[in-house]
Amino acid sequence: MNTILVLPVVIPFAAAAVNLLFNGNSGREHRISILGALLHFAACAALFVRVYSSGMQTMQVGNWPAPFGITLAADHLSAVMVIVTAILGLAVTVYSRAEIKSDLLAAGYYPLLHILLGGVSGAFLTGDLFNLYVWFEVMLMASFGLLVLGREKQQFDGGVKYVMINLFSTLLFITGIGLLYGMTGTLNLADLHLAVQKVDNQALLTATAAIFMTAFGIKAGMFPLFFWLPASYHTPPVAVSAILAGLLTKVGVYALIRIFSLVFIFDMAHTHGLLLIAAVATMFTGVLGAAGYNEFRRILSVHIVSQVGYMVLGLSLFTPLALTGAVFFLLHNMIVKSNLFLISGVSARISGTFELKQLGGLYNNHRFLALLFFVSAFSLAGFPPLSGFWAKLILVRAGLETGAYIAAGAAVVVGLLTAYSMTKIWGEAFWKPEPAGKSAEKGRPDVWMLLPVSVLAILTMVIGLLPGPFLAVAEQAAHELTHPEIYVNAVLGGK
Amino acid sequence: METALAFMCGIIAAASIYLMLSGNLIRFIFGLVLATNAVNLLIFVSGRLAETRPPLIEEDAAVPAKALANALPQALILTAIVIGFALLTFVFILFYRTYQSLGTVDTESMRIAEPGQSDPEAGATPGERDDTSKPAAGEGPA
Repeated sequence: MNTILVLPVVIPFAAAAVNLLFNGNSGREHRISILGALLHFAACAALFVRVYSSGMQTMQVGNWPAPFGITLAADHLSAVMVIVTAILGLAVTVYSRAEIKSDLLAAGYYPLLHILLGGVSGAFLTGDLFNLYVWFEVMLMASFGLLVLGREKQQFDGGVKYVMINLFSTLLFITGIGLLYGMTGTLNLADLHLAVQKVDNQALLTATAAIFMTAFGIKAGMFPLFFWLPASYHTPPVAVSAILAGLLTKVGVYALIRIFSLVFIFDMAHTHGLLLIAAVATMFTGVLGAAGYNEFRRILSVHIVSQVGYMVLGLSLFTPLALTGAVFFLLHNMIVKSNLFLISGVSARISGTFELKQLGGLYNNHRFLALLFFVSAFSLAGFPPLSGFWAKLILVRAGLETGAYIAAGAAVVVGLLTAYSMTKIWGEAFWKPEPAGKSAEKGRPDVWMLLPVSVLAILTMVIGLLPGPFLAVAEQAAHELTHPEIYVNAVLGGK
Repeated sequence: METALAFMCGIIAAASIYLMLSGNLIRFIFGLVLATNAVNLLIFVSGRLAETRPPLIEEDAAVPAKALANALPQALILTAIVIGFALLTFVFILFYRTYQSLGTVDTESMRIAEPGQSDPEAGATPGERDDTSKPAAGEGPA
């Protein structure tokens, strides 16, 4: 038994349960949640160290041998995703201490947050397709709850759209599972890799691949399936926006990478060709859509879409370098994106608004916050030497090497357009003098807000200035993704 | 039998998509129920219906002597039904609260979170809670 694989899932659920016991006692709930998030981080770090030092880890739940039981498996990609999840979980939990008030706590904010973290960790660690569906549902239920927790009008509006499209995507996902099971008779991912090669009707397999692509594409916010995202992500409390923005679409991207590197890799011209077109369209629509908005969080929301395009671009080129870029981009983007949402929350705490027109003067009055925003925003835009620069550089280079010149050019242009949006926020919220006739500052940033934001910004700097070790991990993950036999042998025991 | 069930899946799925696209939250719920059933039926059929013998292995035997009905799809469907039921309950309550709060079940007139060009201020301010001064959302598309 390799218990270390279970801990990232069990600890958040335990934290959720203990939190429920203390419902109504805000002080204790904050403390228990931070403790739970710390333990979760410790477990994920231990798992990451284990994977990094001794290769892929697997565990058969209940000791049922694969492919009959449920397999948990952690390769480098899963380990990276899980540890970033834990970092974001910890940062948002600390931030919540400052933002989440007792009415939301009484409504069950922390249990839902921890269940979300557990569900996301489970989705990253499972080696079974049906189990992945179950984790998706756990994660979705928690996110539905978090999204409408404040019971504001616009939350209901955004929440309804989010729930509708996500339920539809889940139905597509399980339809795909049914069809795949009918063709192969198995749902274990490693076993599927072997079984799909024996399927007679390869056309039907490609059609099933398209169903999976649509299902995960909705979750990931890929073109043309992303409209639910800008409709809902700006409505909940900032802490919730940040965790949803950092994690949920990335689970969709992770599922795409996993399925289209392990199961559907025998008709690349169709599947990965389609992904390439979708990736370029996603990058452009996201970044152009953002240009039209003038609200801090909505600009960031639409930018999520654009950056998902980069990750899918890495997957669709499917060379070791491109996948390295995709994994590195995931790592960098999850941290930066969550942090930008948190910063939007800090600036809203100071000025009482997310509207860029009413914001202003933050650079004069809050130099430190401006610095934190500067690091994250220009990392997102891909300015050297910040983390986003390396991620984009690798992807552009991978595009040039494989002859995908249009995609490589799109990656560069979209990077510039991202800089436009970030400069707009910088100019309006930070550089511009305070709007005339505006009353004094609404509030002071809390130390519990600035602490996680600073740590995430420092992490962004570290990834940017010392990319070596992070690149090595991403390269190892890409190596495993391009050699599915490593995954298959680890799960099935080298049969 | 499989062919008949396959056509049935298709018909139910078509009906459910028609309902889901009709732009009414109540109809969406009915569409969702139908779609869940269509998918469950699909998983059931994909397990093949050739054998009807119950999946029980005789005592002292390690493997069944004769071919048995496939039990796995039923286990999958059972899980899917339970999850689907929980989701359905949540969706009912969410839609009911949405109706209470927004005063409409017509998805076309739900514009609070994404105000149109003519109405840039609505819904943009955070912390706005059941503000009755704004026009009710049920007064037609923006």
